[in-house]
Amino acid sequence: MLAKIWNGEGFYKMEKKKKKVKVIKIDVEKCNGCRACEVICSAFHANPKYSSNNPGRSRIRVHFDPLRNIYVPVLASHYTPAECAGRNTYILDQVEHDECSFCGASCPSRELFKEPDSSLPLKCDMCEDDPPQEKPLCVQWCIDDALTYEEREEEVEEEVKLDEMEIGLESLVERYGLQKVIDTVVRMSKKS
Amino acid sequence: MRYAETGYNLEIDLSRGNIERVETDPRLTELHLGGLGTNAKILWDRVPPEIEPFSPDNLLIFSTGLLCGTPAPGANRTIVSSFSPQTQLMAYSMMGGFFAPELKYAGYDKVIIRGRSPKLVYLWINNDKVEIRDASHLQGKGALETAELIRQELKEPKAQVAAIGLAGEHKVYFASIEHMMRSASRLGLGAVMGDKGLKAIAVRGTKDINVARPEEFIGLCNEILKYIEWRREKPIKGVPPILATLGSPQEMAVKDENWHTTSFSWGNARQRRPDFWKPEIEKRWEEVQDKSVERLISCYNCPMRCGGIIRHPELDRYMMKCYSKLTYIMAAMADDLAFGFKIVGRAQEYGVDGFTTPQVMAFAVELYEAGILTDQDMPGFPSNNEERFFYLLEKIVRREGIGDVLANGVYWAARQIGKGAEAYDHNTTKRHEQMVIKLGMLNPLYYLMYGTGEKLNITQIEGQIPQAPLPEDVREEFVRDWIQVPRANEKEFKEFILKWEPRGEYAFPFYPPIDVICKLVEWQETMHYIDDVTGVCAGLSSFPIKPPYHINNYPHIISAATGLDIDEAELWKIAKRNRNLVRVNNIRRGLKRKDERPPEDHWKKRFPEYEAKLQDEYYKFKGWNSEGVPTKETLNQLGLDYVGEDLERRGIL
Ligand code: SF4
Ligand code: SF4
Ligand code: SF4
Repeated sequence: MLAKIWNGEGFYKMEKKKKKVKVIKIDVEKCNGCRACEVICSAFHANPKYSSNNPGRSRIRVHFDPLRNIYVPVLASHYTPAECAGRNTYILDQVEHDECSFCGASCPSRELFKEPDSSLPLKCDMCEDDPPQEKPLCVQWCIDDALTYEEREEEVEEEVKLDEMEIGLESLVERYGLQKVIDTVVRMSKKS
Repeated sequence: MRYAETGYNLEIDLSRGNIERVETDPRLTELHLGGLGTNAKILWDRVPPEIEPFSPDNLLIFSTGLLCGTPAPGANRTIVSSFSPQTQLMAYSMMGGFFAPELKYAGYDKVIIRGRSPKLVYLWINNDKVEIRDASHLQGKGALETAELIRQELKEPKAQVAAIGLAGEHKVYFASIEHMMRSASRLGLGAVMGDKGLKAIAVRGTKDINVARPEEFIGLCNEILKYIEWRREKPIKGVPPILATLGSPQEMAVKDENWHTTSFSWGNARQRRPDFWKPEIEKRWEEVQDKSVERLISCYNCPMRCGGIIRHPELDRYMMKCYSKLTYIMAAMADDLAFGFKIVGRAQEYGVDGFTTPQVMAFAVELYEAGILTDQDMPGFPSNNEERFFYLLEKIVRREGIGDVLANGVYWAARQIGKGAEAYDHNTTKRHEQMVIKLGMLNPLYYLMYGTGEKLNITQIEGQIPQAPLPEDVREEFVRDWIQVPRANEKEFKEFILKWEPRGEYAFPFYPPIDVICKLVEWQETMHYIDDVTGVCAGLSSFPIKPPYHINNYPHIISAATGLDIDEAELWKIAKRNRNLVRVNNIRRGLKRKDERPPEDHWKKRFPEYEAKLQDEYYKFKGWNSEGVPTKETLNQLGLDYVGEDLERRGIL
């Protein structure tokens, strides 16, 4: 969708762009601690695919403390060269969770989210695949629905301020068609 | 490269403190696959019958199953094998949870323990680093508590631990090995572990497990998961709710206990209470269960949620699964579900079998009431049923006073006590406490399974078919999509389901014909023997009706994982080889035909001649002689010639 708007300073072209937001919802109440998510994540990322598995390489880990009824699946987020300066703990439903329980960072303070042999950081890539998977693998294997997947399309309005030359070109395109303009520019550049 | 398995065992000699990593022979995988199969082979080769269960030369083997650690859903069983102090026969008990996969990721298929440590120790396996560590500070600690303490001391929250409690340390003949909510509890393996001076094994692994044909294998795993999801929507019609679903009996989720409480017997396995499940009880039990079960939990890589996190006001949190919720309540004739949740928590920390223990205690109560045991034997014995059980538990796990006798199980205790106590031992087979059923008509299938089952625990022998005839209107539907049936027997098994009636011409004990009975029994048992090598939980395979793993997809799953090309006939043969190997381990230790009898009062209506015929025919069907010993021909066909030679040398064959 294109529209030209004059706001007193110049022409603006308002473009509504669709962006796909991939969301894994984690319902800790439903987690049964089976670690199927760890199994399949590591198998999916093996090379060749599914040829091996090893939860130590998984990009999702279940923080697991049955005697305190704590089951928190955490997805590997980012790599950080330095650990946090301070720490925080959460008390949920009267249960105090350890520091770092909910954090997905591959961080020097712990062994989590690092390849066991090389210590290289691990990061969830939402199971990028070609052709794309219908849902991330951990979600597919969590049939008790502690993990569910949502794709949201968000319309983001992108404002692109057009400069003078663009405005000029655009009018030429409108008059002659894009291909003709390109051909002309190519011919001109060869001549010079 | 080895697929599905790691190709290495750990050999631990606790007498010398020696640790060795030993490569295994791939040929043995082809012959036995792994798990129970290779355990039975190792025990046959290395533990001759002269070696007592409590001898340093007895082995205690913690084995993974062949598929453990691969993505195969529910493949998480640890198969623990040794010789039982209670039965003096081969003991194999299994536990789910997280231990076996972790051991695989550490790089081992089995841990084989021999010798006896002079002081209490525990084993710490951290990938290639294996240490025997002092456990004197863990002496007397509970099994779950021990696991916690070890994880803290090692600073390894992800370590998986299997441990014994006080009962194992005191060599109670029905001591268990505990791992979270799971335990290898039957036949006294915890006592063997205690005898070896081994308090616990902790393991942590971060290596890969490979499969041979990845795309095919993961496709099959996805089918298993899809089938589990489908079955959730389709419980079996015409059977009690507890038998309608997959998994171990869903005791933590299901609250309707009508079937268990009214069909099984109470007290010392004598009395049935057909009117027990009244609306008031139902309401009260529901409330207690809702309050006590905080969360439903699963074993490794399994969606079934058979376990629960249990909260009881007087205990720390613990985990429970399956039937132990009811065993103590029913044996104690206590009508309170909260009592069950309390005593199981205690008993688990002490590490005792939730099946045998309540029966031993009910037996003691009966002896007391009959005046055979007196206040002298049991000073301060309370009058209230529930308190009596706590009293006995404390005595047994410490082998204190009468507890020292009762700790040997009903069979041995009855003989030690004498004074007519033997008559109260009415529910054991091969010296082991059996399921508390006291029914009317002889069940010919169960007659054979109770008698000849090597595992001595009916839930690890039975499966696949409904326990009673289906209502007529659901039979057609039942057989229509019965994809689990062996193709060779499809016609006769389906016919059996369609015709089977509670009374009349098509009823037990003379229906179905004996040849069909033999085949049905063999099918049920064989599925367990297959699970026992793969490490797949019986709850997804051999135990429930219409499970996701079955004889028609198993060969593909095993082949894709291992790269061995195994078809149905070959898999059946391997299971048969393993089954016979377990049997000859027992035969060599004196197992006789006369031992293969279910408890005499299991059924009221008995048919001695017919029963003898059943046994004869079944032995023949199995390729065993009239004493139940596998014939030379059978052994040779299975490539077990060396077994035949040994039995001949011993004058058994
Ligand atoms: S698969 Fe689901 S239920 Fe199982 S551990 Fe992962 S998040 Fe929890
Ligand atoms: S989305 Fe994919 S990469 Fe991310 S944790 Fe789940 S399985 Fe692993
Ligand atoms: S079916 Fe139940 S007992 Fe078996 S592995 Fe799954 S959760 Fe564990």
